[in-house]
Amino acid sequence: MSAVEDVVTEAPAVEAVPKRAMTLGTGTSVVVLLLLLVVPVFAKNFVIFQLTQLLYLGLAVLALNILTGGSGQFSLGQSAFYGIGAYITAVMMEQFNIPYFLCLPVAGVLCFGVGFLFGQPALRLSGVYLALATFALATAMPQLLKLNFLEPWTGGVQGLVVTKPDAPFGLKMSQDMWLYYFTLVVVLAIYVFSVNLLRSRSGRAFMAIRDNEIAASAMGVNVALYKTLAFGVSAGITGVAGGLSAIAVQFVAPDSFTITLAIQLFLGMVVGGVGWLPGSIVGAAFIIFVPNIAEGISKGLSGAVFGVLLFLVIYLVPHGARQVAILGQQFAGRLRKN
Amino acid sequence: MPFVRTLRTAALVTAVATLASTAAFAQKKYDTGATDTEIKIGNIMPYSGPASAYGVIGKTEEAYFKMINDKGGINGRKIVYVTYDDGYSPPKAVEQVRKLVESDEVLAVFNPLGTPSNSAIQKYLNAKKIPQLFVATGATKWNDPKNFPWTMGWQPSYQSEAQIYAKWLMKEKPDAKVAILYQNDDFGKDYLKGTKDGFGAKASSTIIMEESYEVSEPSIDGHIVKIKAANPDVLLIYTTPKFGAQTIKKTAELGWKPLQIITNVSASVGSVMKPAGFEASQNVLSAAYAKDGADPRWADDAGMKKWVEFLDKYMPGADKTDSSIVYGYGAAQTLVKALEQCGDDLTRANLMKQAASLKDFTPDTLLPGVKINTGPSDFAPISQLQMQRFKGEKWEQFGDILSGDVAPE
Amino acid sequence: MELFTNQVLAGIATGAIYACMALAVVMIYQAIDHLNFAQGEMAMFATFISWQLMQWGVPYWGAFAITLVLAFVGGIAIERILFKPLAKAPVLTNVAGFIALFAIINSSAGLIWDFTIKQYPTPFGSSPFLGSQLISTHQAGMIGVTLLMLVGLYFFFQYTRIGLAMRAAASVPESARLVGINTSWMIALGWGMASAIGAIAGMLIAPVVFLEPNMMGGVLIYGFAAAVLGGLTSPLGAVVGGFLMGIFENLAGTYIPGVGNELKLPIALALIISVLVVKPAGLFGRHIVKRV
Repeated sequence: MSAVEDVVTEAPAVEAVPKRAMTLGTGTSVVVLLLLLVVPVFAKNFVIFQLTQLLYLGLAVLALNILTGGSGQFSLGQSAFYGIGAYITAVMMEQFNIPYFLCLPVAGVLCFGVGFLFGQPALRLSGVYLALATFALATAMPQLLKLNFLEPWTGGVQGLVVTKPDAPFGLKMSQDMWLYYFTLVVVLAIYVFSVNLLRSRSGRAFMAIRDNEIAASAMGVNVALYKTLAFGVSAGITGVAGGLSAIAVQFVAPDSFTITLAIQLFLGMVVGGVGWLPGSIVGAAFIIFVPNIAEGISKGLSGAVFGVLLFLVIYLVPHGARQVAILGQQFAGRLRKN
Repeated sequence: MPFVRTLRTAALVTAVATLASTAAFAQKKYDTGATDTEIKIGNIMPYSGPASAYGVIGKTEEAYFKMINDKGGINGRKIVYVTYDDGYSPPKAVEQVRKLVESDEVLAVFNPLGTPSNSAIQKYLNAKKIPQLFVATGATKWNDPKNFPWTMGWQPSYQSEAQIYAKWLMKEKPDAKVAILYQNDDFGKDYLKGTKDGFGAKASSTIIMEESYEVSEPSIDGHIVKIKAANPDVLLIYTTPKFGAQTIKKTAELGWKPLQIITNVSASVGSVMKPAGFEASQNVLSAAYAKDGADPRWADDAGMKKWVEFLDKYMPGADKTDSSIVYGYGAAQTLVKALEQCGDDLTRANLMKQAASLKDFTPDTLLPGVKINTGPSDFAPISQLQMQRFKGEKWEQFGDILSGDVAPE
Repeated sequence: MELFTNQVLAGIATGAIYACMALAVVMIYQAIDHLNFAQGEMAMFATFISWQLMQWGVPYWGAFAITLVLAFVGGIAIERILFKPLAKAPVLTNVAGFIALFAIINSSAGLIWDFTIKQYPTPFGSSPFLGSQLISTHQAGMIGVTLLMLVGLYFFFQYTRIGLAMRAAASVPESARLVGINTSWMIALGWGMASAIGAIAGMLIAPVVFLEPNMMGGVLIYGFAAAVLGGLTSPLGAVVGGFLMGIFENLAGTYIPGVGNELKLPIALALIISVLVVKPAGLFGRHIVKRV
């Protein structure tokens, strides 16, 4: 077959979302924040646990959103960073008795490093090739975690049980509630950081690369640096999310971090709206609750029901929850005019 | 007549005493999940995901409890069976089990499947003092009443089965060179460890090759070629059914005839030996504790007749060759037995106590001679196996019923 | 040395599986310009249909032909019903659609035919091929069919009107439309052909790995990897990539001491990534120059 050279104007794989449209307005933010603060007080422990799940999975979706929605790079390997973060936290807590709140930053920094390094070869890849490379990382991770020589730390195929921390300072609250508020603080801090990051010089560089890589480099953006940086930041945040999950679930095992997780995070991003950071939490809600709903409808066909529900969502709102938010805004604007 | 009076008084006292003790016995005691009319039992199963083949166990149990309810329930109480999908993912298992305990408020979690999922929920359930009863995995760690008094296994442990093979080989083929093909996960590694422990000091000289494969590999032909090159006399196949069938088929295609021993998990006639080809499967060895639904030998067996009746009525169209159905039936029957023994004292503590006092109980589906026995320090209900050889189109048991309890470390 | 030759031969035999699947991957990539994650499941479902037909007494080749037609029509139907409405949606939304399709097919197959493995017949027999026990007649037949499909696809894309139109529609849809090509139907046709090729792949793979709803999970990963290694635009590349993948995987498992066996898939994938870093379009792929 002849090696023809095709010249094409490539449509950007990821939509150009302006940076203002990536966040929530102040009013809405305050309402959401209040809800997140108040709801657990009235909820059962199990619901609090689910809300905690929602927060840390939302954080992982947010990390992917920064990478894909922000810098236009696609990853199916987020489960790998998530797993590394979870394992670092679990191993430090259980084997070295280091307090959990110190483990998370370590997990974040180490995952940043891994992501940054992985970003180097990934630099030369885009589209499906990058998808394959990250996919490879995701399939390799459970096998790496099982390796014999790591077994003294990781517990090998049997996994590692993690002790759930009690509320400090003699606070009278359940472990679940304490962990929820702790997670909430971490997630909010990272959310604020991410919003500011995308509004900063680096964020503008990310978006320039996303919208048109060649044009960005012509304008003097250091494409290589910012692409790897985006990978690093995304991996670091994912690592923290993984660490939080290890504490909340109280267990890590290679089977917890398979490609299925990476696919779920990806679905969460699409459903929440690529490039819209607040959508991450909506996406996380989708991947946690919709499978449960599907199961409630039919046990034997839960997978099929889930698929159908997913199709419904992407037909109705191909741009995810962001589209709903935009429609809502337009509607509110029209009301005001009248 | 003072004598008569005394006698009468004595009789009266005895009668009163008897009455009192009956009254004490009849006093109903309940924990969350049990009432006068129902007993709520929770379960998690991989209905979706990579291990979805086992989902049928959950469905069988659901059907079995329906049959029990139709027959009037347990001491007049209906079983409400709540089963959720965990997709074989430990975090999902934790979420679903917490839902069972905190939202559905079940009395006990019964037969949750998979070592990773059970490891993930063990600490939580023990802290909450909720029975994690008859778990569907053969890891050794479930028989540990001292540290985990609320967790109990059911099937023989993988390690004890592997030890039986090693001991049998040492006796029958003392000079054999052994190669092991195992799945690289908790299941395969348990078998590997059991085999090495069984060979003891001879392990390093006997085992000439340990070859692992990943579940994600489509075909394991390359591994078989590699093992054949090492030329062992014995091949131990510690795989899941699909790979077991591939191994038997490939060794036959290679024209290679080592002595093959396949794990009980993959000894199903319908889903391993038949797909692999009966000709290729001749003289393969294994060990069993349950009857095979596809084996014509049990056509007149009273227990299996009940099993077939149950399938025809409550699971019409089910694949009788699927060993998971035999498994689910036996496990469900064991739970029903333990619940019956509880009488009207349906507390979690009593359920554990009754589960730990099963004496020579034989579910319909176990091999003749294999019995379930538990005690306060024995949380391994089934610990007997019998060696079997594949002949024609079915397994033939031989030798004694062997016991291979392995104490957890 | 004997082990080496044996492993290479066994690698070729396994590689045929990957090559088969990789061809289907290339086909869909030519038609829609991205990868379809549900392709393996579609192939699995088609294979089950042929199995069911044989259970009902249809002879092998009859079932084979009926399944091909059904797969072709089914592929077109899936595109028309499920994915045409998403044509204007972002690419990532389409990918989510593939995942949904994956879940639907896998779960339905499990419900209809349950998850126990099924024996699947082969028309070629499974005796040793040319005296070598490492390659059976079935595997030789599989390699033969793969090469036939390769030649067929080559002529289709190079010399037939419709093949050329399809390539044009996928790579430069705007211009293709201007010269009167119905690009929308070209995409549907591509789905149909990819589905039919996938069905052939499924029916050839099933005798080796056994038929069950999850049988294509692993195969698809390798098929993707092979197609990417060879270059997603080249059928020849896909086939070569498939064989290379099979051989390399076996050699890595045999000769890399220590972790080689446990990590042979990651090592193989790492190798592919390093090839891509040097040749971003794969070994045989067309190089694409982007402009602003």
